Amino acid sequence: MPYALRRTGQAALVLVATFVLAFLLLHALPGDAIVARYASPELGLTEAQLDELRAVYGTDQPVWVQLWQSAAGFLTGDLGTSLQSGAQVEALIAAALPSTLALASLGFTAAVLLAIGIAVAATSSRAEWLRRAFRSLPPLFVSIPVFWLGIVLLQVVSFRLGLIPVINANPVEALVLPVLTLAVPIAAPLAQVLIRSIDDTVAEPFVAVARARGAGPRWLLSKEVARNSLLPTLTIAGVLFGELVAGAVVTETVFARTGLGRLTQEAVATRDIPVLQAIVVISAVGFVAINLAVDLVAPVIDPRLRKAVRA
Amino acid sequence: MSAVTAALLPRRTERARSRPRATLVLAIAVLAVSLAWAIVPWLFTAHDPLAGVAADALQAPSAAHPFGTDATGRDLLARVIFGAGNSLAGAAIAVLVGFVAGTAIGVLAGSTGGIVEEALMRVVDVLLAIPGLLLALSVIVLLGFGVTNAAIAVGVTSIAVFARLARSQVVRVRRSDYVEAAFGSGGSFAAVLWRHVLPNSLGAVLALAALQFGSAILQISTLGFLGYGAPPPTPEWGLLIAESRDYVATAWWLTTLPGIVVAAVVLAANRVAAAVREGTA
Repeated sequence: MPYALRRTGQAALVLVATFVLAFLLLHALPGDAIVARYASPELGLTEAQLDELRAVYGTDQPVWVQLWQSAAGFLTGDLGTSLQSGAQVEALIAAALPSTLALASLGFTAAVLLAIGIAVAATSSRAEWLRRAFRSLPPLFVSIPVFWLGIVLLQVVSFRLGLIPVINANPVEALVLPVLTLAVPIAAPLAQVLIRSIDDTVAEPFVAVARARGAGPRWLLSKEVARNSLLPTLTIAGVLFGELVAGAVVTETVFARTGLGRLTQEAVATRDIPVLQAIVVISAVGFVAINLAVDLVAPVIDPRLRKAVRA
Repeated sequence: MSAVTAALLPRRTERARSRPRATLVLAIAVLAVSLAWAIVPWLFTAHDPLAGVAADALQAPSAAHPFGTDATGRDLLARVIFGAGNSLAGAAIAVLVGFVAGTAIGVLAGSTGGIVEEALMRVVDVLLAIPGLLLALSVIVLLGFGVTNAAIAVGVTSIAVFARLARSQVVRVRRSDYVEAAFGSGGSFAAVLWRHVLPNSLGAVLALAALQFGSAILQISTLGFLGYGAPPPTPEWGLLIAESRDYVATAWWLTTLPGIVVAAVVLAANRVAAAVREGTA
């Protein structure tokens, strides 16, 4: 399949370029990481001591040597050393990953359910005012600051209603509010796309044909409309991934959860460049892989795309 | 009436058609008020946003303090009103950075073609591959913390979207007959670009700029909340909400009210942007 090969090659190229850009952005431009981190007067390090640190972290080498070493490290799973804690970056990330994966997967699932609920209610409620109300939810959700939503949920559910304890919550209880908070910004674009594609599909002639042959509304929605809404939804998968990453940073900060988002926030606060670089590159790998998968799967789902792909 | 036929019926009745106008008017009013807050904040409040009265600390909303007071007795409404300047100016800088850099890249790529276009658009792919918040955080690590730096960082995240749109618009206009004619009648490349291609490509790009404004307010407040924007005690919307976290159990107004203001302004900006897009499409 030449298309799959070409598309995979393109993805690999973007990844290599992203790696180089992230490296240059974070290493080469601001003097060097050691100065940024250790040169503050309070630490009182001499120039000789700084040079020693540079030699330890390898930042005394020319940029292209560092780039090469960093790239070789990434390929072999050595992501470097944290400037802040001195720990191996891959160990920090491995420790933070399970918590974030649990939050992200549950948050995404909740968002999908929420979005489907909103889209179905917005397109097939009986009353017009109800449809209108549900249609206005996605624009509203996009406009709400995620960090604010998290704090308000905490305030109402934990402090006012006392439903979820703030301290000594069990792992399941501790996940409820973060998952809800994360679900809202992801559900918004998803619901928007679903509503639009349901609108479009319902207007298609084949739906009129199916109805003329006696198909009920439920059958239409679950078979014809759902199948035809899948592709437009897949195309925003990359956007959703970005929302998921941003949402994890904010949610983990608000709820003081450990995880990749928290690690990111701390890395920025302490200018821990190796950690930030690793997180940026890993997210880029995630984004590129998701978009590649969508592009490869799309022709399988929609036969109309196969012709265009071959041509 | 079945569910799907309900969705098939014409949705825009007479009454419904007038309602979008009403929400648009409301949105413009909200934006106008927040803009006035940003420009002449002292006209809207008698209180000082920075100096508090210790005896008035943590008071619930009342006639004297419509939004209540914070832990050091500062009037919260005054802080929200004075915060509008930071937030809106930041959003304007962010949109400007994305618009100028993105449009320059897009127009250059679209009007030159060949290797230059290929190289520029691959750079754009790279910018798109890094999730927005992480890209903004990387720029902040590079530039340092602060309101302006946070605004620039948010602007950088929108360069790629502007570049893609500008390029596609330029390519579309370039293929049109009147541009062919302008070249045919001896126009130089720069002259045709300036007189014909740019003005006809800008409409959609400006609509995007309007849309980015609301999202920039949101992103800047997020960076402020995380502590990378304005340092305390600067009144900035994200920072205001971050500072209130310690009082979440006792003083609900400290988080709730500034958040509602942010959401209302973002919602209004997005509503106006939607109208701009309909107008230019």
